[in-house]
Amino acid sequence: MKKIYSSFKEAVSDIPDGASLMMMSFLGPGGCPQNLISALKDLGAKELDVYPCPNFGISGALKNKPGYKEYVQPDILVGNGQVKKAHVTWSRAVTGEYSALEHAALSGEVEVEMIPLGVYAHRLRAGGSGVGAFYSPVGVGTVHEQGKEKRVINGKEYLLEYPIRADFGFVRAYKADQAGNLVYRGTSRCFNPLIAKACNVTIAEVDEVVNVGELGAEEIITPGIYVDRIVQIPEGGLK
Amino acid sequence: MKERLSEEAIAMRVAKELNDGEYVNLGFGIGSMVPNFIAEEKTIIFHSENGALGYGRVLTLDEAEQMDYNFINAGAQYLSPKPGMSIFDIAEAFDAIRVGRVSTTVLGALQVSEKGDLANWSADPNAPIGNIGGAMDMPIGAGRVIVGMTHTTKENKFKIVKKCSLPLTAPECVNIIVTDVAVIEVSDDGLVLREFLPGWTIEEIQKITEPRMIISPDIKEMELI
Repeated sequence: MKKIYSSFKEAVSDIPDGASLMMMSFLGPGGCPQNLISALKDLGAKELDVYPCPNFGISGALKNKPGYKEYVQPDILVGNGQVKKAHVTWSRAVTGEYSALEHAALSGEVEVEMIPLGVYAHRLRAGGSGVGAFYSPVGVGTVHEQGKEKRVINGKEYLLEYPIRADFGFVRAYKADQAGNLVYRGTSRCFNPLIAKACNVTIAEVDEVVNVGELGAEEIITPGIYVDRIVQIPEGGLK
Repeated sequence: MKERLSEEAIAMRVAKELNDGEYVNLGFGIGSMVPNFIAEEKTIIFHSENGALGYGRVLTLDEAEQMDYNFINAGAQYLSPKPGMSIFDIAEAFDAIRVGRVSTTVLGALQVSEKGDLANWSADPNAPIGNIGGAMDMPIGAGRVIVGMTHTTKENKFKIVKKCSLPLTAPECVNIIVTDVAVIEVSDDGLVLREFLPGWTIEEIQKITEPRMIISPDIKEMELI
């Protein structure tokens, strides 16, 4: 049986200063583990190496939904001075405004690596697959190729890309069973199954924990072997 | 100033370029408006790089009660689910692009060169950070890259240039440029002016285009429908 935690605070309590970690923060609250991010802020671990998969928070037109309220994005970790290094595909929060990350990057407080989105996804998948590296055609002839080994395969140029793994991964799923199997809702799946596989300790926050057998074997997206800790979002939790 | 097409009208002209049965990925801005203008007789299967294929209509403000954070596209628009729609993770979404299954991608641009080089991720040549997103990945595998953009900058500077001065997104990838005054094809011999906005002369369009264009023998007025 997986460890079911009763609080987010307890689930993140052993994250040390200097840890590397991942969470999804693509577009809006869908798929974003807001409660774990919030608990990590409260814990205060510093010098973190963060993969926000793939940025620290943009929501754009999602704000058109009536009753939209700002959700907890990993940029609160930047604002709180907990981030030392960040790996993003997009640095601006909302067009026209500087994000917390941009301010921190310009002042030299945070070191930033820019990664094309598809490369980001495939580096996570490589990290979750145990491969050493892979050759990718993306970014040849652009700034992205700087410092990368280039190789011609079947007459086409490729760049060597390394896998991404992290010490801790926060996953936002819809349901978990007590064996740690996960299913996701809609497009909030996105980076979450990749994160679950690419971390040494995977912590999932879910809408509901169900009994073993309630999730059909064929509908499970993330097998429980990748999931270490589960917290059910309580009534009034961030969703 | 002479009259030019609105962004919606550029999206309309891009929509006309898409073929029945195509798998199409749409970028931000003008690209995201394209689904509103697909002719009824055509079925276009839209692909979104956050992990959705065959999604339904983009919800409007009148349909706010259906909006769900868990059903969105990569342009941060709320989607309506549709029978036959599939959902997958983001690595899978980019696989479909890399192996060439997504036949067309529609992107915005800051500059396009006469060779079809695309610059669209940073307006500042010296910026250490910027907004790349999926823009570098898309042109690599997609069969056809359509750029929808204004012909010139707000300051009336060239956007269609001999050589891009802004950081490149991908070299030699653009096939068709749809602007607010013209439709231009990128060919091995250079840029070919295929269509012009009524009210504009070829000379006037050439004047706001840095490279010398080849005039298509079949040149015609732009039609939106």
